[in-house]
Amino acid sequence: MTAEISETGIGKPARRKEDFRFITGNGHYTDDINRPHQTHASFLRSPHAHARIRSIDISDAEKAEGVLAVFTGQDIARDELGGLICGWTVTSKDGEPMKVGPHPVLALDTVRYVGDHVAMVVAETREQAEAAAELIDVDYDALPAAVSLASCQNGDAPQVHPEAPRNTCFEWELGNKAETEAAFSKAARIVSLDLENNRLIPNAMEPRAAIGEFDKGTGDYTLWTTSQNPHVARLVLSAFVGVAPEHKLRVIAPDVGGGFGSKIFIYSEETACAWASAKVGRPIKWTGNRSEAFLSDAHGRDHLSKAELALDADGKMLGLRVKTVANLGAYLSTFSAAVPTYLYGTLLSGQYDLPAIHVEVDGVYTHTAPVDAYRGAGRPEATYLIERIAETAAREIGMDPAEFRRKNFVREFPHQTPVIMNYDIGNYEASLDAALEAIDYKGFPARRAEAESRGKLRGIGFSTYIEACGLAPSAAVGSLGAGVGLWESAEVRVNPTGNIDVLTGSHSHGQGHETTFAQLVSSRLGVPLDDVEIVHGDTDKVQFGMGTYGSRSGAVGMSAISRALDKIEAKAKKIAAHLMEAAVEDIVFENGTFTVQGTDKSMAWAELSLAAYTAHGFAGSDLEPGLKEGAFYDPTNFTFPAGCHICEVEIDPDTGVTKIANFVAVDDFGTIINPMIVEGQVHGGIAQGVGQALLEHGVYDPESGQLVTGSYMDYCMPRADDLPSFRLGFTTTECPSNPLGMKGCGEAGAIASPPAIINAVTDALNIREIAMPATPARVWAALQARQPRAAAE
Amino acid sequence: MSVVAMTVNGKSVSADVEPRTLLVTYIRDTLGLTGTHIGCDTSQCGACVVHVDGKAVKSCTMLAAQAEGAEVTTVEGLAQDGELHPVQKAFREHHGLQCGYCTPGMIMTAVDLIRRKPDLDEETVREQLEGNICRCTGYHNIVKAILAASNEMR
Repeated sequence: MTAEISETGIGKPARRKEDFRFITGNGHYTDDINRPHQTHASFLRSPHAHARIRSIDISDAEKAEGVLAVFTGQDIARDELGGLICGWTVTSKDGEPMKVGPHPVLALDTVRYVGDHVAMVVAETREQAEAAAELIDVDYDALPAAVSLASCQNGDAPQVHPEAPRNTCFEWELGNKAETEAAFSKAARIVSLDLENNRLIPNAMEPRAAIGEFDKGTGDYTLWTTSQNPHVARLVLSAFVGVAPEHKLRVIAPDVGGGFGSKIFIYSEETACAWASAKVGRPIKWTGNRSEAFLSDAHGRDHLSKAELALDADGKMLGLRVKTVANLGAYLSTFSAAVPTYLYGTLLSGQYDLPAIHVEVDGVYTHTAPVDAYRGAGRPEATYLIERIAETAAREIGMDPAEFRRKNFVREFPHQTPVIMNYDIGNYEASLDAALEAIDYKGFPARRAEAESRGKLRGIGFSTYIEACGLAPSAAVGSLGAGVGLWESAEVRVNPTGNIDVLTGSHSHGQGHETTFAQLVSSRLGVPLDDVEIVHGDTDKVQFGMGTYGSRSGAVGMSAISRALDKIEAKAKKIAAHLMEAAVEDIVFENGTFTVQGTDKSMAWAELSLAAYTAHGFAGSDLEPGLKEGAFYDPTNFTFPAGCHICEVEIDPDTGVTKIANFVAVDDFGTIINPMIVEGQVHGGIAQGVGQALLEHGVYDPESGQLVTGSYMDYCMPRADDLPSFRLGFTTTECPSNPLGMKGCGEAGAIASPPAIINAVTDALNIREIAMPATPARVWAALQARQPRAAAE
Repeated sequence: MSVVAMTVNGKSVSADVEPRTLLVTYIRDTLGLTGTHIGCDTSQCGACVVHVDGKAVKSCTMLAAQAEGAEVTTVEGLAQDGELHPVQKAFREHHGLQCGYCTPGMIMTAVDLIRRKPDLDEETVREQLEGNICRCTGYHNIVKAILAASNEMR
């Protein structure tokens, strides 16, 4: 291997190929793109959480300066477009499918949350479109709204959809109820905890945007959009909404400024821009502002749970019983039904050998923005629950929380949990021990005493988490209600000059695929990193792909590339064998050179690439010209990243301000291609976890349903001075189910960190419970009303 | 409409714009310099930071007309003679960016910060970055990059 390649090989912190364009201001985000003769759209949104639309008068808006068209739900209905869909069907415990209310692109006769889409104005300029939207006169009959998650299932609560009585979309369960009841009946101790998993608003820094363009000559539509999965967007817009047949619709997701789940989904604005571009006959651009993002991007989390853990006399876990009410918002978003069910209930076993689990989840509608996957998606909620109750249990039986976990760890693999998942490999004790050492657990009492001498309250909290990534084996998710398969595709195109285009169905919106994926190809084929181009985000270039979410792009996307590389290598060896007159079995490919074993005959990579395309020497063989191979990789199991996060906080009792004094994360992600990028993913995930635990909360007024936290003035985003530098470590057990041994790293930080932080806060305050986010006001109030743990027992 | 003229990245520019045009809109839409981004509508996020007469300014908080006659530098104008600015280099070297959307504003803020405070420490960097929001990096590597660039430029 050349020195150059050895610095960018697997396991090396290669600097990112994509960075140059971003640090010089030459990225191409959707809003940076302008099309000839483009027009601009603005959306009129509902000011009410729930109202009947008596009438919409668009006459003044239509006459306003620069206005080209005004569309309402009736226009879309006239074109017989379908509504937006949920791609996952959850079945209730009584065998009934979930109850789905229709989700029109623009409202028809009812609006169901503040920010719901009422009308679209298309004008020559953005300012004209926005001004004209204000001239639309909507006669609303305002109705009471079901806002509170706790009371939305009451008989007297306002109804969101007539299809779903008591606002209940599904009543789902998982696990073994009888075994769980039996475990609880023989328990020496039962620990129970009521938990709220606070609503979060994703806030990728780039707001959503779209440009729809229709070609009158060919009938082709093009949609540039801020998507994490352009092919899925095309599929939904074609097969379900019916904007255009799949082969007549091209979706391009260029540089995308963060997603965190919120850009997986197919929304009204993007759909309307594509559809209306044919009506108007000119390209239509829409760029959301931050207020619109707060109102109408899908939110995350928002659970109320009651958890009970059964223990035997020695502190061994016997069973877990969970009842959760999960907010779905006003409409089912693209994957929303899967999040509080199959991405949540299946992870409730944590890292523990828990013989019996029973979980019930009611998915409910409220007059609030749709709730769907946000970084971690279901797994943070599961981890928060199991890690909070584990810590609470340890404290209540007077056992060290680290030792309590150690006592209950799964130690033998594969391990079948009572909730579907089959853990393939792991070493939970290794990550716990590494984290204990990194944080100097033994030194904690001294640090606490020292903090006390300064008048500060210091606490420590653990989270030994597990998640399921590598989404997902298609047959498995299909049997659980998914409407799609969750494989990934790749195509490796070797050019005649020897450099390589790799087309992937994964989509990078900050993850650095252009570098990490290229590292794999470069090291496999022995070509420099700069000779590998990763192509993604365009349905006209990449045949199909499922996109990037669920930490799947390494374990699934790169596995597809690896399979395609296997085929490239096989064909290249056949070419080399033919040209060097040797048997294929005698060809050795190493460091970019093909040699005939035991001889001095060899061909360099570039030489072979050219020969593949000239095909001058192929006569007399069955070789086809060219060197291009594709693969679809369908995983055989989920992957199971796991690890231990430990947080130390210091609380100022005078102000209630919590400062993170020390944060250690030790993660087992299996094989790591680029540790620099992986560490960056963990940093960002922890920051979002700190946000959830201490700062962020999407709040609606319980009466009016107005979003109270609708801007950066009200919604507390983590800023640089809210966070410490993080200390990271890694342990490794290679994933046995994919060719690279990768597990995934994108969500671990957001999944693992909130319980570690809240466990530290409750330890510092010596209280049993505090709600997230543990804001200074809440901490201060808790200090005033402090009931020491001992007193509660 | 009114004519607004200024110097952007060393070049004289002039355009007839509506009086209400924000500096960021002038930069992005009128001049086509799309490296400067818009991430919010309350002047909180800092994605739009540029330099006006050498000082970091959120270009969404001022009208283009207020920059009449000013020297404006955007992220596109930071590299000199094809050579990246030390802060740009440090962001790449220390992985101080992921999706890249907040990056131009972060870099422009950092350049001004290093100019104003040559003796930076971590706490000061974190405090001074209050006005720039990043959702990807957890700021860890941004702080590292700024400290490294500050050392380099000392």
